Amino acid sequence: MTNDNKNNAYGFATKAIHAGAHPEYVTGARNTPIFQTTSYVFENTKQAESLFKLQEFGFVYSRLTNPTVSVLEERLACLEKSRAAVACSSGHAAQQLAFASLISNGDHFIASNKLYGGSINQFTKTFKNFGWDCTLIDPENVSNFESAIRENTKLIFIETLSNPDGSILDVEAISKIAKKNHIPLIVDNTLASPFLHNPIDWGANIITHSLTKFICGNGTSMGGIVIDCGNFNYLADNRYPSMSQPNSSYNNIKFSETFGDFGFAMKVKADTLRDLGCSLSPQNAFYIINGIETLHLRMQKHTANALKVAEYLDQNPKVSFVSYSGLKNSKYYKLSKKYFPNGPGSIFTIKLKKGYRSCVSLVENVKLLSHVANVGDTRSLIIHPASTTHSQLSDAEKVKAGAGPDVVRLSIGIESVEDIIQDLDQAII
Amino acid sequence: MINKKDPSYENYFIQSILRETKSIAIVGLSDKQNRPSYFAAKYLQSKGYKIIPINPITKSKTILNEKVYKYLGDIDEIPDMVDLFVKQDKVKDLVDKSIKINPKTIWLQLGLFDYTSEKKTKSIGINFIMNRCPKIEFARLSGELGWAGINSNVITNKKILLKK
Repeated sequence: MTNDNKNNAYGFATKAIHAGAHPEYVTGARNTPIFQTTSYVFENTKQAESLFKLQEFGFVYSRLTNPTVSVLEERLACLEKSRAAVACSSGHAAQQLAFASLISNGDHFIASNKLYGGSINQFTKTFKNFGWDCTLIDPENVSNFESAIRENTKLIFIETLSNPDGSILDVEAISKIAKKNHIPLIVDNTLASPFLHNPIDWGANIITHSLTKFICGNGTSMGGIVIDCGNFNYLADNRYPSMSQPNSSYNNIKFSETFGDFGFAMKVKADTLRDLGCSLSPQNAFYIINGIETLHLRMQKHTANALKVAEYLDQNPKVSFVSYSGLKNSKYYKLSKKYFPNGPGSIFTIKLKKGYRSCVSLVENVKLLSHVANVGDTRSLIIHPASTTHSQLSDAEKVKAGAGPDVVRLSIGIESVEDIIQDLDQAII
Repeated sequence: MINKKDPSYENYFIQSILRETKSIAIVGLSDKQNRPSYFAAKYLQSKGYKIIPINPITKSKTILNEKVYKYLGDIDEIPDMVDLFVKQDKVKDLVDKSIKINPKTIWLQLGLFDYTSEKKTKSIGINFIMNRCPKIEFARLSGELGWAGINSNVITNKKILLKK
């Protein structure tokens, strides 16, 4: 990415409100309008041809591009200090798009075993059926990444801040291994949001998000995004033919050569999203854009509340373990201070002394926290991962993923913190 | 060693160049439709710029319906801008040749740098841009780059900053 102008000096909050959204061309509408349309009239046949050949920027069909969705894309690319972004229908779709753009049948990738259970499922079952071979490794020992690398390893995937237990990976050390072996590092940043953590600062090449969580913020809309950091050279060898070889759909252009540092984003949009079709609706993009405008305010409150709740739980004699890495006694405290100076999010797990029975009882007896399969909502949420979000995993996988039978996951919202504490206090046995 | 430090330009500087420019001689413009230089030229032509192809190798008489010249010195009119789409080792010589025809701007494409020539051209009143693409800059300042989800780093309370 070239050294841009003074706008880089704008603060996070300014970018969260303005990036990508100048007043609308025709009407001057100040808020981003919802362009609820499937298609766009071409100026003439010449312009239509140029658009189909990717020689011009513009709108053809909302499966690929839509003016409301593109505001969201540019805003996230800006907040992640990156080059470009492609929005899609969910966080899972974002992972699907990122992988399908770079690897094919017979290739291998490495992923941390500390991931959202749905991702482990996606990687080891559905992706496996595509012929994409996944090795899950324990990320606590960073050298495990290096030893899992094979000749056909094409990607490494991690969550810096892991779901469900909020453990923290040493992303800088992992990115050094990826770089040394010339393998792109994908970091899912859903649980932190760009306000708390920018993976590009620590060597990420691709960032994914479920926009459904903190970024939208209020649990209204599903969405996902793939972000191209613009810092990986796909032309260095022949290992990424989708980027470096002629593409027959588009007059034999090579994505990396024609589009330079946003070549990966163009590949994701013009090829993979076109063919897989998991587009984001303009209506959902609108809700998410409006959510982002308060991201910085919400994240400050989420982390402040989470720390207070974690401190209370840590002192509660009925609670045997609190995983929040913002606590000084956490084994991740040092990494937490390094990668999350403004707080390590608001999602963590607790273990109860009386085990499984008391976990179920806690979930049943809370009166304010909502029992839902989501995180990153303004509302405080609670769930028992072993029987829900992580239920498809084996017992051993559950424990490895931090979701054993005695574990309850909390996603602390932005309500009055004393009310959240009071609710937990009356429900824990 | 070539100094490849990325320069920094103010939006209004690039904007004023792209507004005042009417004709662009593109040195190294390919006649092949899938080459980056062709992409850039076709886009700029669609925005109303007159493109003057400079290509000493091609057998095509025209590219994008414009007459092809072999060398900069062959052009009859003085272009407002010379855009260099060449290899780095050709840059210095071509900047010197560009200076001789006295354009308002000499523009070096992405990946090309020449800090020595920058000093020289500035001293004689020729604008000098390095490591940028006029297509991408036009798209960036007109809002079109954002249509593809690309970060323009432009924040503005105006409808657009640039229109042709």
